[in-house]
This record gives sequence, C-alpha cells and structure tokens, in this order.
Amino acid sequence: MIEIDGITKRYGDTTAVDAVSMTAQTGTITAIVGTSGSGKTTLLRMINRLVEPSKGEVRINGTPTSAIKPHLLRRRIGYAIQGHGLFPHHSVARNIGAVPQLLGWSPDKIRARVDELLDLFSMAPDEFRDRYPSDLSGGQQQRVGVARALASRPDLLLMDEPFGALDPIIRARAQDDLRRIQRALGSTIMLVTHDMEEAIRLADRIAVMDAGKLVQHGPPADIIATPATPFVAEMVGEADRPLRLLSLIPVTEIAEDGAADGPPLPADATLRDALSACLWTGRSALPVVGASPAHVTLDAIRARVGGHG
Amino acid sequence: MKAATLLRAGLVVLLLTLVLRPELATPLLAPLAPPDGPVIYERASLLSLSLSHLGLVALSSLAATAVAVTLAVLVTRPFGAAFRPLARTVTNLGQTFPPVAVLALAVPVMGFGAGPTLVALFLYGLLPIFENAMAGLTALPPATLDAARGMGFSRWRQLRRVEIPLALPVILAGVRLSVVIALGTATIGSTVAARTLGEVIIAGLLTSNTAYVVQGGLVVGLFAVLIHDALVQLERRLTRR
Repeated sequence: MIEIDGITKRYGDTTAVDAVSMTAQTGTITAIVGTSGSGKTTLLRMINRLVEPSKGEVRINGTPTSAIKPHLLRRRIGYAIQGHGLFPHHSVARNIGAVPQLLGWSPDKIRARVDELLDLFSMAPDEFRDRYPSDLSGGQQQRVGVARALASRPDLLLMDEPFGALDPIIRARAQDDLRRIQRALGSTIMLVTHDMEEAIRLADRIAVMDAGKLVQHGPPADIIATPATPFVAEMVGEADRPLRLLSLIPVTEIAEDGAADGPPLPADATLRDALSACLWTGRSALPVVGASPAHVTLDAIRARVGGHG
Repeated sequence: MKAATLLRAGLVVLLLTLVLRPELATPLLAPLAPPDGPVIYERASLLSLSLSHLGLVALSSLAATAVAVTLAVLVTRPFGAAFRPLARTVTNLGQTFPPVAVLALAVPVMGFGAGPTLVALFLYGLLPIFENAMAGLTALPPATLDAARGMGFSRWRQLRRVEIPLALPVILAGVRLSVVIALGTATIGSTVAARTLGEVIIAGLLTSNTAYVVQGGLVVGLFAVLIHDALVQLERRLTRR
C-alpha cells in the first residue's frame, strides 16, 4: 500500500504540489492526470525522492520513504519514463538487468529474469537479448524500458508518460500489454499522463491534478459520471462522456440470453464496441461469443448509461 | 580499406627505416645536403631521440588527460558548476601562452632539460581535452541520466557506468588532438636541451643543412600521422557501442 500524506513541494514562492494526500492499494494502477504544470510529474518524482518534498510524507507498505537513503529507495521502486531512457551503450539484457545487478543478484538469476521478462513482453529472448537499443523500434524500446523497470519485482512501479512518444496504434498495444502484465504480476503502478483516454483505459483509480492540488481521486466511472470540478469535466470532455463510460463496461454485464443475427462480438468487448457495431451495421441487437447463446441490445446499452442530467 | 592498409604499411616501413637505418636514406637526402657536408645526422641515434620524444609526449599527454578530464568531471557536477568559468579560463590560458614562452620562463626555475618541455606540453595540451570532455559530459541524453538516477544509481556509479562511457568518444577525440599537437610542439624542447627529434631539425637549421631538417621533420611528421591514425582506430574500437 502506498500512502501519500499531505505532500507539498514549494519552489520559492510557487507551490508546485499543494498538500496532496491519497492512498493506492497494492496491486492497483493509479493514473495521475493533469495538464502541463499541474504538478503531476513533481508529485510522482517525490515518491522516489528524485524531488525532495518540502512537507509531508510518503509511506510504502508502512515505511516512510525518508527513512531510506534515496538511491537505495529507488532500487526498490521501478521507474519508466517517456522516451524510455535506455542505456545506448548496453545490450537489451544488460539494460533490463541493471537494477538486479545493483541489488547484487547472481548472473544466472539475472539472466533467467531477463529472459522471463522478454517472454512476458512477447520479445523472443534469443533474438533480442544481445541487441542494442538503437537496433530496436520505438515500441520495442519502450517495452524494454518497462521490462527494465519491472526487473527487480519492485514494490511499486512509477511511470511518467511512458507511452507519450509512441504512435497511437503502438500505444494502444503497449497499454494492453501493460494491463495484462500488471494483472499477471499483481504490480502496484502509479502512472502520470495528460491523456484521460489512457487513464480510463488503464487505471483502477484516477487522480486529477489541477494547479498543484488533487481535485478528484476515484474510480474512472466516478470521475466520468460525477466530475468534482469544471476542470475535471473539461479533462473528461463533455461530448465524450457517454462513450468513455461505455468503454469501461464489458458487454457480458448486460448481455441477455437468446440469439441475434449477424457477426458476433468477442466476449471481452466493451459496450462502446457494441454501440459502435450497432450504429455501423444498423442492427439493434448483437450476438455475443460465449458458451450459451447471448445477445446485447441497443436499448439495454441506452438504459445502462442513460438517465444522467 | 585495402588501399588504406597498404598506405599505412608503407608509412610504417618508411618511418622504421628513417629511425633504425637512416643511412639507407642517404641517396634520397644527399641532394639536399650542402656540398661535402654530412647527409645523415649522426651525433645521436635517431632511435633514442625518437623514444625520448615519444616519452615526453606520452608523459605530458597522460598528465594533461588526467587533469583535464578530472577538472571537466568536477565542474559538471552540481557542486562544481560554480567553478566552470574559472576552469575554462585556466585551461584557455594554458593554450594562449605560447609554449616557447613557457620554456623561457620555466628554464630559470627548473634548469635545462626535459622539465620545462614537459610543463609546456602539459599546459598546451589541457584545453582540447578539457573542452571536449566538457562537451561530451554536458551533451548526454537527459532521459538516460534521469532513468539512471531514478533506478537507483549512486552519483559515482552513474558517472562511471553511464556518463564517462557515453562521453568517451568525444573525450578521446580531444586526447587525440592534444597528442598530435604535442608531437609537433615537443620539437622546440630541444632549444632548452630536452632530447627530442627537434635536435635534428635545429642542427640542420644552424648549419644550413636542409637534409637534417627534412630528416627530422619527416620522422616527426610520420609519427604524428601514424599515431593519429592509431588513436582513430582505438576510438572506433572502444566506441563501437
């Protein structure tokens, strides 16, 4: 569990982060969302003490971060950033093994861990282990960057706009990968992004920052349905609200028994996919892939998200 | 590639001949010597002059590299940033002060011999290494440094494992420049009785014997070209990654 307790950062007269408190449960993803200059990156960097807080405390599983030397603290916390920051003069394996090496793991253990992570990120170890970052595509570099951050099985993974430099298609894939891997490993992740879409897609909890203050912290559905301030509403985007809410709900939640015509939806589709398919093909009910015949109707979708305002 | 290897081998053979068997060059240099004058310098063996010349250059370049790189590392740390202009001024001064003037000033203090030459070469060699090391250490990719610190590298480890290796190509280019300058400049050391290849050139100038001048100049020039080439090869090898 990560507890952020009244943490503040002042630079001269300006307050970059103003008395922010929040708690992140173990095994969850928290997305910190805000515009440039909202203090979201400063907040993240205070967790691993790349920035020293002016006031307040961060506790990781009950231990205050101020009780540990900064460079030792950081070895226990994964760190992945925009533009990956890989070491250009080290091979993929050495990049991923950097923190385990700092922690004094044996070479055999490091090698096994590197191969395990490459497998996890769908990169064949034999093919990629000895390559250098400059030989990789942007998406591969980014995956190696995240793999490196996860290498020592850290208590916490901090990510600062990790997908910011990727094109939209690769980014969507990277987000799916992260979600899958996070579920498989049970990692606790704090992720900074300016992209509400990304936050909704990935996070269990969203924290919205505005001018150094935490203005709202809650599950994505709450942030979308009941934004606490006009700023949060603006971040969500009024016109996109229903679609964003739909994207959070799996079709299985409102699927009814019985068959329907036409090509079926996959079982892991969201209501947003269902609505899109209804509109595009002009159908009012769609079959859903599953053990027994099931379908989802346009009326059910409308009933599920409608009734606001 | 093949042509370069052949040329390189040819130059090495020429240099070895001039240093080990200078008498073989007699037919080549005879037309340049005064009538009935000596063609080949014989007051000292060219081998021992070459070794002493190279020794002076190696010693002064090593010292200059150690001092300049250390200085560049210190002033690129947060605590040393305030000393950056001072370090620049000092190394610039070393380059501005002509080596001949340094020799002249150092002789009264250190006496004749190798000492003043070492000091002059050392001071003259600082600037290229310092400026290149500064350029290399300040132009590192910020994301890589941020990642290294965020992963828990201590400052010392980050310097040793990340900053120095990444800046190495640029630092080595500065060392190479400095070594080549020192090879040429060392010849004037012979004006204050340091044993260098300049002795041959100066003897030629004093006796109007062009053969001596060409002999000495050719050996120094060949050393400079070949050492420059060797250092370029070394840089390539060290920085392939």
